[in-house]
Amino acid sequence: MTTTFPLLSVLIWLPIISAGVIMMTGGDENANWARWIAMVASVIGLLLCIPLYTHFDVNTPKMQFVENFVWIKAYGVHYGLGVDGISMPMVILTTITTLVVVLASWTTIKTKVAQYMAAFLVMQGMMVGVFAATDAILFYVFWEGMLIPIYLSIGIWGSANRSYASIKFFLFTFFGSALMLVALLYLRIHSGSFAIESFYPLKLSMIVQIFIFIAFLLAFAVKVPMWPVHTWLPDAHTEAPAGGSVVLAALMLKMGVYGFLRFSLPIVPNACQQLDWLMIVLSLIAIVYIGFVAIAQTDTKRLIAYSSVAHMGFATLGCFMIYLIVKATGNIADAYVSLEGAMVQMISHAFSTGALFVGVGVLYDRLHTRNISDFGGITKPMPIFASFMMLFAMSNVGLPGTSGFVGEFMIILSSFQGNFWVAVFAASTLVIASAYTLWMFKRVFFGQVVRTEIAALKDISALDTMAFTILAAVVLLIGVYPQGLLRVLHASVGHLLQLAHVSKL
Amino acid sequence: MVFFPNPIPVPQLSLVLPEIVLLALTCVVLLTDLFIPARSKIISYLLVQASLIAVAVILILQFHWPTTYTFSDMFVFDKIGSLMKIFMVGVVFFVFLYSRGYLRQTRLPQGEMYVLGMLSLLGMMVLVSANNFIPLYLGLELLSLPMTAMVAMNRGSGIAAEAAIKLFVMSALASAILLYGLSLLYGTTKSLDINQVAQAVATMPNSQYPVVILSLVFVVIGFAFKIGAVPFHMWVPDIYAGSPNSVVLFVSAAPKIAGLGMAIRLLVQALPSMNIEWQALLIVIAILSIALGNLVAIAQRSFKRMLAYSSIAHMGYMLLGLLAANPTGYGAALFYILVYSIMALGSFAVIVLMSNSGIEIENISDLQGLNSRDPWLAFLLMMLLFSMAGIPPLAGFFAKIGVLEALIGVHLVWLAAYALIFAIVGSYYYIRVVKVMYFEEPKITDPIQYSMEARLAMSVNGLAVLVLGIFPGVLFTLCQRAF
Repeated sequence: MTTTFPLLSVLIWLPIISAGVIMMTGGDENANWARWIAMVASVIGLLLCIPLYTHFDVNTPKMQFVENFVWIKAYGVHYGLGVDGISMPMVILTTITTLVVVLASWTTIKTKVAQYMAAFLVMQGMMVGVFAATDAILFYVFWEGMLIPIYLSIGIWGSANRSYASIKFFLFTFFGSALMLVALLYLRIHSGSFAIESFYPLKLSMIVQIFIFIAFLLAFAVKVPMWPVHTWLPDAHTEAPAGGSVVLAALMLKMGVYGFLRFSLPIVPNACQQLDWLMIVLSLIAIVYIGFVAIAQTDTKRLIAYSSVAHMGFATLGCFMIYLIVKATGNIADAYVSLEGAMVQMISHAFSTGALFVGVGVLYDRLHTRNISDFGGITKPMPIFASFMMLFAMSNVGLPGTSGFVGEFMIILSSFQGNFWVAVFAASTLVIASAYTLWMFKRVFFGQVVRTEIAALKDISALDTMAFTILAAVVLLIGVYPQGLLRVLHASVGHLLQLAHVSKL
Repeated sequence: MVFFPNPIPVPQLSLVLPEIVLLALTCVVLLTDLFIPARSKIISYLLVQASLIAVAVILILQFHWPTTYTFSDMFVFDKIGSLMKIFMVGVVFFVFLYSRGYLRQTRLPQGEMYVLGMLSLLGMMVLVSANNFIPLYLGLELLSLPMTAMVAMNRGSGIAAEAAIKLFVMSALASAILLYGLSLLYGTTKSLDINQVAQAVATMPNSQYPVVILSLVFVVIGFAFKIGAVPFHMWVPDIYAGSPNSVVLFVSAAPKIAGLGMAIRLLVQALPSMNIEWQALLIVIAILSIALGNLVAIAQRSFKRMLAYSSIAHMGYMLLGLLAANPTGYGAALFYILVYSIMALGSFAVIVLMSNSGIEIENISDLQGLNSRDPWLAFLLMMLLFSMAGIPPLAGFFAKIGVLEALIGVHLVWLAAYALIFAIVGSYYYIRVVKVMYFEEPKITDPIQYSMEARLAMSVNGLAVLVLGIFPGVLFTLCQRAF
């Protein structure tokens, strides 16, 4: 349905304006003002998502809540916003994540609080912009503009090696997106408009499609991140403050997969079909090889970071298996499960990994270490915390009943239809992920209390409990009732599958 | 009997009113400044700023006037010239505003700086309005000579003297090369008038082609010297590093606009039929400037030298628009240079303001922990630097989009991709400065002292890149319509 109330604009600009207000509170003597304004802004954002979900028409793949104004006439750029079934869940995901970040950093961030909260609210606004933009330049503006706050947040509030990590992160992602800009400008010259939908019907020769595919691939693969351009992620995740890690894991990585869905598949379908083997191989490397790398980690944050890469490998696998599946069964309907599985995997990963990062942040704040060997027996002093973490670890492993199971199951199931061996390799994650997650969990939470500091720990505060409860509720909700999410996806995924199978030669 | 066989037509003086007013007021400032005691130099400062405001007001009021030629077609009044002049006057106004505290602290002669600056500004204005090689050359010299004196203004400093001599020799050389090129053109076309030269070159016999090519090469070299593009860039970092900060502020912004004005008159308007040839020359210069500027800037420890190399790279990006050789491209180049002038002005202004306490700030490490010392100043400089790096939603991003789109429009996709890859390289040294400002703790924790009006100007300047980034449409359209 269309509405006259500019809901998406409010979701973008409310946090950004709040960030401006927060900056005016000044130094750390007014830190509580900054915290409360950030809290109120993110709660309002979350409340605004309720009409976004309830007023969303699940039966149409069309853009909804559309806003469209001429923004820069001379460039032909529009301020075009709208959400479909693929982007609407991402918008809600963004607002939930920001609230969690604000709660989780309530006490852990003690210096430059106003700037911290402002950076994360600006990030929220821009992230919603990325998922809601229907104009290529507007999309790019949000996509790149987001680098500024995240760069600052890693660099200012990160741990020891933060400068290196933040610059590496910035250069990697900037490198990726530069060629995408050339591709977008090229497409615009041919379509005469920057509207993303106007790129879909363009006829492009195979060679042009492959060039554009590569330009997009660089941009999105760096963000996902896919092997071998994943190396920024462990560094950035490890050095970032807890909030930064959560935003990186829960949202930034999703932008990459979202890009594949919004740009690569519908704009250059022939090149995607031609090169799907490449994407599948890279995804499998991420799943299997990075899974083994994760086992070897001694740092909790690095381990979770590598597990993120492996999980995102599943999402990209789900996106690009569709061609093999359709080839094997001859029926587009069979590919639904794969693509929807990728979406569910993305959203589920956001919550379980985000929660694990918050958990590591809680421990780091108290014990000032991230090494697995420095922990042990945390369950005894912190039983509530340990039970929450158990749930998220189980979701990370893919235990039925949690959200992690749904996505992985859908992707593995559908990839059996496409190619047996791909499915076998993908399914190996069930063993590998259990290995690294549970082994880490055992070393951190069980066993003897080895250090006196650990024995003296108190359980998590009410605020942290609140943050974890939100996350746990979503993990269980998606695990038990995935239909609530799938029904939103269905129409748009179907439309996307059609677009991805129209030859544009 | 006809007493005057060829009556000289009366020139339309109203078209050159800004130049006349500027010249007259410069003379007034020059005279009054002599009789003002050192402690009340604020009078000459106010007089200077008032004259600049007056000139700007006249320029803005005249902006909508149609394109007109006057002074026997030697002078052209058009939108390109007017837009450039408005920006140059505005930039110089800000330069003087930022410099006042600095000049007072460092005991550099204030009045002289203002007068020299105004004369140089006059030269720029004449240059961008020239429709004939004679006033063009006149403007160029009037632009350069006062600048040399300004660079040398700190008489006690050996580096400043060296920089001044370098600037003098280099600009003399560049002028000589340019003049030689122009003389060859005059020899083949028998005219100094830009429109007539254009016609003559378009219809010339093939036998004259080699001479015109030769003169074109000289003209391009002269122009590349003036804007400091590779391989004629060697003087730029030395001048930036050697001059007093407030002079660098002057040199870095307004003359670059005038440089583009010169290129538009000489290449676009005088030699349009040779566009294939000058496009090829400019591609080489742009490729080299972008690569060398961005790569060498990485190695710099001095903030001034880093910005000098960054200016070389930016000149390369600006040339990308020019070499597209169509009105879209020219408009994009004009937009680029105007945005660049704001960015260069702002980033140098930060070190001028920081030097107010008497210590000359020039190294990147001097900016350490600026966020803790002065969060607002750090924020503004960060905006300017990200804008230079071309990160949306700042003005520098749309400036880059403009030139890239012009390039892709003329099927130079590879060049656009090349330019963007080096933009990534370039982003490294900008974000490194942000890193120093934000991620490190300051060694000196005193707050930075500067006047209220400088703070206001700095805010306007820094926020301009944000506002122009969110609403680039108006200025971009003006630039496009100028051609």
